[in-house]
Amino acid sequence: MSQDLLSAVAPPAKREITTKPRFSDKVFRGVVTSGALSSLFILSLIFLFLAFQGFSVLRTEGFSFITTSSWQVVLDDAGNIDPTATVFGLGAMLVGTMLCAFIAIIVAVPISVLSALYLNFYAPAFLKKIMVAVVDLMAAFPSILFGLWGFFILMPSAEYWAKLLHHYLGFIPVFQLDPLVFTRSPFVAGLVLAIMVIPIVTSVSREVFSQTPLDRIQAAYALGATRWSMIRAVVLPYGRSGIVGGAMLGLGRAMGETVAVYTVLNVVYQVNWHVLLGAGGNVASMILLKFGEAGPQEIKALMAAGLILFLMTLVVNSIADFIVARSGGKGR
Amino acid sequence: MTTSENQKDPEKNMQTPSVVSSLGSVAKTQSAPKSPGSQALGVGLEARGVHAWFGDRLVLEDMSLDFWSGTVTALIGPSGCGKSTFIRTLNRMHEFIPGAAMAGSVLLNGQDVYAPGTDVTKIRLKIGMVFQKPNPFPSMTISENVLAGLKLAQIKVENKDDLLQECLERAGLWNEVKDRLGAYGGSLSGGQQQRLCIARSLAVRPEVLLMDEPCSALDPGSTLKIEETISHLSSTMTIIIVTHNMQQAARVSDYTAFFLSDGGPGKMVEVGPTGEIFSRPKDKRTENYVTGRFG
Repeated sequence: MSQDLLSAVAPPAKREITTKPRFSDKVFRGVVTSGALSSLFILSLIFLFLAFQGFSVLRTEGFSFITTSSWQVVLDDAGNIDPTATVFGLGAMLVGTMLCAFIAIIVAVPISVLSALYLNFYAPAFLKKIMVAVVDLMAAFPSILFGLWGFFILMPSAEYWAKLLHHYLGFIPVFQLDPLVFTRSPFVAGLVLAIMVIPIVTSVSREVFSQTPLDRIQAAYALGATRWSMIRAVVLPYGRSGIVGGAMLGLGRAMGETVAVYTVLNVVYQVNWHVLLGAGGNVASMILLKFGEAGPQEIKALMAAGLILFLMTLVVNSIADFIVARSGGKGR
Repeated sequence: MTTSENQKDPEKNMQTPSVVSSLGSVAKTQSAPKSPGSQALGVGLEARGVHAWFGDRLVLEDMSLDFWSGTVTALIGPSGCGKSTFIRTLNRMHEFIPGAAMAGSVLLNGQDVYAPGTDVTKIRLKIGMVFQKPNPFPSMTISENVLAGLKLAQIKVENKDDLLQECLERAGLWNEVKDRLGAYGGSLSGGQQQRLCIARSLAVRPEVLLMDEPCSALDPGSTLKIEETISHLSSTMTIIIVTHNMQQAARVSDYTAFFLSDGGPGKMVEVGPTGEIFSRPKDKRTENYVTGRFG
């Protein structure tokens, strides 16, 4: 009989599963939601402001705004802008932004990952406490001080390292240099940025490493693993996506950094892939350089430059998210 | 049989409190019974006056026990009596807990595993361990998991495929996974994962296998499979199993040790052949426990 019933009756319609929230829960939900949405709101306002201000420049310059490399404001005799002679082009600055930021990441990530591993798995407890505090302090350090230190202290040393790089790796195109002047180069700016990025990447990696499941660590040790082989088999696979995430946060900061780069680097409108050559700049420091004496039209161009930087950072972070999502499942 | 005169120094560990143990007080009662059934190959592992601390708290007092090769020894007792702590002192996993300390000595083939200058990774290769919760490496495939120990300890072997098959067969898992050795370890059921962990331990050819409640997270069917595996393995190695399940202790073990804590440090109340512990225990407390009157 039951068989008949089973075969005869079609599956019932799915029920809607609901719950009636209490008043207090509704209030809290509202508070939390508005908090979350406010940051989105502020970000959209900034985006709209930049887009609105920069739109006219972007329209007149078109695609050449990001491909050409010159920034000239030509005024006619009456003090008005001469639209045919005035050119705004961001190419060199975009290249400079990427170059400095990538140097920073290439230098900072290995140092940060090693520091995080040391702090989590090797450091004695008292040293760990001190070093965590120091690293966090470094993250909160004003960037102008990094810039000044980079200019007066790091640059003379970095000049020597740059000479070594040029001498031994000069056959690689990016390390070629002519004439042989080693100061104020993207290389030095990248090193300063690296020092600013290290605390961020270290903190994120340390946090991820410290969440490695204890049972896997113990499993590795119980199989006769040395500390290093345990780290390689368990901690690094688990923390890989965290390292990438931290590196991307750092990259975001390095791309947006203004004052430190402005202090160290020569802002020159020239597309420069040679990391040792004293030319380049980044978008943020260029905006700082031009902002003080800019007329109304140039201000708009600077807003457009800011918009491009904003979008570029967004794209880099999205790529990072994509990478993390793809490599995330494995090893977790 | 026991040569304790070469190991008198309890100051082995970095933070060992200075407690001089009374060596081998219970071991004398242990040495009497002969190994039933399987061939006794001699004493594989000896604990001599083992004490253990977490910080200032003494959790384990004066454990002395012999573990015979080719036998299974079950450690039973209520929660918090120091069974797990005790087996973790045997392969030096105890020292990973911050503030952990120990005194006494653990002899593997007469060598103190806590002796200064010992390479602890070599000790753990010879004394394998299976944990309460199955913990295969999720980023590795089934075959990578089994062979993980070789990679971790940088051991080279001639024929990995043979070793892989042998370990999975000994762990009773080969027939279930032979067609999907490339699948990830996490895709197996809980019981299969635990047998995978046993296979992983076997691949480095340990002389002793410690099992810390290996079936407590598993269903009865999987438990039965693991118990069969233990029976097969016991002829060739020393097995020490911590269990809360007294039927399991009765089924799989040759010897049983009963641990108890009266609120203070855990102590061993009684040890003997499993049949005797369950049928004619000498101590009243053992009898109360094995008959289910407390614990």
